[in-house]
Amino acid sequence: MLEKDFFIKTEKQPDMENDALLLGGVKFSSRLLTGTGKFSSRKLIAPMLEKSGSKMITIALRRVDPDAEQENILNYIPGSVTLLPNTSGARTAEEAVRIARIAREAGCGKFIKIEVINDMHYLLPDNNETVKASEILAKDGFIVLPYVMPDIMTARQLYDAGAAAVMPLGSPIGTNRGLEMKPIIKIIIEKSKLPVIVDAGIGRPSHAAEAMEMGADAVLVNTAIATSKDPVLAGEAFGLAVKAGRMAYLALMAEKKDYAAASSPLTGFLRE
Amino acid sequence: MEINLNGKKIQSRSKTIMELVLERDLNPGSLIAELNYKIIKQENWEKTAIKHGDNIELLSFVQGG
Repeated sequence: MLEKDFFIKTEKQPDMENDALLLGGVKFSSRLLTGTGKFSSRKLIAPMLEKSGSKMITIALRRVDPDAEQENILNYIPGSVTLLPNTSGARTAEEAVRIARIAREAGCGKFIKIEVINDMHYLLPDNNETVKASEILAKDGFIVLPYVMPDIMTARQLYDAGAAAVMPLGSPIGTNRGLEMKPIIKIIIEKSKLPVIVDAGIGRPSHAAEAMEMGADAVLVNTAIATSKDPVLAGEAFGLAVKAGRMAYLALMAEKKDYAAASSPLTGFLRE
Repeated sequence: MEINLNGKKIQSRSKTIMELVLERDLNPGSLIAELNYKIIKQENWEKTAIKHGDNIELLSFVQGG
């Protein structure tokens, strides 16, 4: 029979129960943010949210096309999940501000993902315009989540601008290439006073886990889940990966070393 | 009269936003309307008059990341 002591927990147990993500004073039980883009069927969104545990999901605003079928994406998102309207389509700070205000007036709450893109080839965000829009919208009472090229100065400027987080891209949108910007994101995590949410380019659960292990506060995954063969299962996989990565971070995983270090004693039996 | 709808000049006989939405064969349910850069709540569409030269945007939330 095992001694009672065997079950005594180590002194510093990561407190996963109270490990909520805090954005603009709002708590989220999941560190996985998701997006509604690219799902072949909108009906997959709710079960994906349930299985992944994600409590925040992006939506976009567009002019109606009288010739296309009218969708109301809001009907496919459970009320318990926070909406994160994005400003996609904006090429300037001014346009982003306008979209944000429309979204809020339309009843989408205070969260806004600022996305200002005028590089239509690689779809890389314009950090200058994003900082400008962040400042205006934060002053206007929004909880601002800005999507940016990983850059230390930008992260600092966003803090000064009143943003609620900084969302550096891992690699270009929709590429599924993972954390190509890892070294810079690592510095942002180390230096930023804002929560860091890695957005864009995360193509596999292992990428998400890698970001979380490194100390990212959350990740945002859309394409990888939505375009997988089974988005509900993929959502669950990402949910687990984010949790595993977070636990590993909280457990203070040992650093990599350049040389081998034995995990069993090397001496004391066949030779000295 | 001519109005600017979603960035395009169109001819319309509608006198209110609601009439315009129905004239364009749109379902009001999921729409957001902006008249000259100001959001008009759906409950006010029937009483919000539109006139020649107005800039109107009809928007909706869609899937997006």
